[in-house]
Amino acid sequence: MEAKEERPDVQEAPVAGSEIPRRDFIRVAALAAGGTALVAGGAVVLSSSPEDPTGPGTVRLIPDTPSVPKGEGADLLIRMQEELRLAMAKPVEQRHWMMVIDTRKCVGCSACTVACIAENKLPPGVVYRPVVQQEMGAFPNVQLRFFPRPCMQCDEPPCVPVCPVEATWKRPDGVVAIDYDECIGCGYCITACPYNARTRDLGDNYSDGTPALQPYEQQPNHEYGKSWSRQDHSSPVGNARKCHFCLHRLEVGQLPQCVTTCIGRATYFGDGNNPESLVSRLSVKPNALRLLEEKGTKPRVVYLI
Amino acid sequence: MTPHVKRVLWVLWIAVVLFGTAGLVQRLIHGHQAAAYGSYVVWGLWVSAYIYFIGLSAGAFLLSSLIYVFGVRQLERIGKLSLFVAVITLFMALLSIWFDLGRMDRFYRVFTHPNFGSMMAWMVWLYTAYFLLLLAEIWLALRPDLARWAGEGGIRGGIGRTLSFSPGPLTEDQENRARQWLKALGTVGIPLAITFHGGVGALFATVSARTYWHTPLVPILFLTGALVSGGGLIAFAVAAFWPHRDQAYRETVFYLGRVLLLLLAFDLLLEWAEFSIPMWYGIGHDFDLLKRVLFGEFWWVFWLIHIGMGSVLPAALLLTRQKQPWSVGLAGLLIAVSFMAVRLNIVIPGLIEPNLQNLQTAFVDRRLLFRYVPSLFEWQLTLFVVALGVAAFYLGYRYLPLTEKGRAS
Repeated sequence: MEAKEERPDVQEAPVAGSEIPRRDFIRVAALAAGGTALVAGGAVVLSSSPEDPTGPGTVRLIPDTPSVPKGEGADLLIRMQEELRLAMAKPVEQRHWMMVIDTRKCVGCSACTVACIAENKLPPGVVYRPVVQQEMGAFPNVQLRFFPRPCMQCDEPPCVPVCPVEATWKRPDGVVAIDYDECIGCGYCITACPYNARTRDLGDNYSDGTPALQPYEQQPNHEYGKSWSRQDHSSPVGNARKCHFCLHRLEVGQLPQCVTTCIGRATYFGDGNNPESLVSRLSVKPNALRLLEEKGTKPRVVYLI
Repeated sequence: MTPHVKRVLWVLWIAVVLFGTAGLVQRLIHGHQAAAYGSYVVWGLWVSAYIYFIGLSAGAFLLSSLIYVFGVRQLERIGKLSLFVAVITLFMALLSIWFDLGRMDRFYRVFTHPNFGSMMAWMVWLYTAYFLLLLAEIWLALRPDLARWAGEGGIRGGIGRTLSFSPGPLTEDQENRARQWLKALGTVGIPLAITFHGGVGALFATVSARTYWHTPLVPILFLTGALVSGGGLIAFAVAAFWPHRDQAYRETVFYLGRVLLLLLAFDLLLEWAEFSIPMWYGIGHDFDLLKRVLFGEFWWVFWLIHIGMGSVLPAALLLTRQKQPWSVGLAGLLIAVSFMAVRLNIVIPGLIEPNLQNLQTAFVDRRLLFRYVPSLFEWQLTLFVVALGVAAFYLGYRYLPLTEKGRAS
């Protein structure tokens, strides 16, 4: 209160008083303009599109298995494994992963869904590959059809341009990736996916409400070749999450977990850039279709019906 | 206001703050665990509250620019109050959306790593510019009065000296310059507010995966919605809190009532287009979804809250009791409050129908549902935001020269 009493003395200089506010104002305006320019300039400098490494450094030489017969009549898994080995021997930009799912062979066991959850240690509410069941016809002429639904890894992914912070992008090998360290968890990409293939990790655990979290929920997953622990609300808690064709497995010469697990040999995986590959051959069959083609997303997952 | 009513309001406010703070603590410690939204209905009450509050802000602001830019004399006296309401509701909006972020700690990345192809990045940058402009405008609008206070003692003098950057009253010349600046900023502000709030609408409308949002009319509806809800809030604030109940007050409120009625009618016309066009022949996916909005489980949100409480009742008040300030104020309050129903009916129905049929039964989990009702925890935080907004308004009303309270006239 006493300090305020001292103020009247400044009013003794009315001439200066009428000048200072104007200078102040110009200063404030200049500061605001400068600040905005600085932020804008800084943002342009800091902002750069995510760039994946390409070229010879991305070649992975996966050991051959000469004792395993790979010719005509070999198991499809063996064939796909070999094609994977050949694809990984090329630089990343020369591969283009795709998946073919034969709905006539799928029995709807959901083993792929569960295997994916185990592989990626998915929490409740996060699922990368649910199996959609469709019932057709009326009794007595009824039929069930199953559509496992991974991420379509669209060539025109609607989820990518919407991200406000460039935390998701299309890799040179066609996989749509998310950087969990960049994602702010706004959920915009989740709304943009017409397939509902993106889910939101809201921090739940299967053993919530029990005396202790089980070890399987504490272990890190290895998505995108890194170790991600959800302990203490660390990413990917709070992030958008999706199927990535098990990139971390591909890097070490393993097929995606859903492909390996499929009991009906209904899911095929491989390099669409290799004209001899199983997926290249199957994806042009007359009974091949892509989901929601009218959305113009150009999915890399093809269904045989 | 009688001391008894005042005491009841205080108790109510404290109760809401305590209730809301409990929610806030839960949000900060346990994150989203108690929220009811999930992976399919990914946005819920908080996003709806965000577009609701930000609409109120844009509406209040656009109304204030009628005064500072176009010099609408009937509204001259409410400019400062409108600007202040715009600042507070913007703050409430930003708080609501911050709670919804999966990673609250990374919100700054929209500034440091923006993707300007994304409508969301545009929206954030535009409302940041809008926020700075609002602050500058309100400072300029209040400065002459604050400077007049600067010479006084007590709290008022302190506030005046601290905020006006002036040791004493401004000269005539300085006041004129401030008015010119206000006009200039208001002029910049109109396209900015239209772009930024239209941008909020476009954030939804550009998502082609959601046909419910994906119509060119949605950004326009956001703008008319902002004007009608923000206008309602201002009409209420002026009718209820203006200190001098003189002839000028009655004229201002009457004028606001007329404007409000016109805006309401125009908004309903656009809404009619949004519903009637896709529904007319009663066939198709869009028809089924809109039918669910109008006649499904939450039919009452549309019919009772939006149409009944938020349109028919206020329209009746504005048509039959337009000369009475209490009627205009009540109509404004009804429109402003019930507009939350419109916002909920924008966000949620867009997410409750999968494009892939039967996806809802493919994997059973409480986060993988195509149905959503906000949890108590979500209401807690929204009430917390409301309580903060009310407190900020009260403090401003009490300690800033927003109205002509106390001015010798």
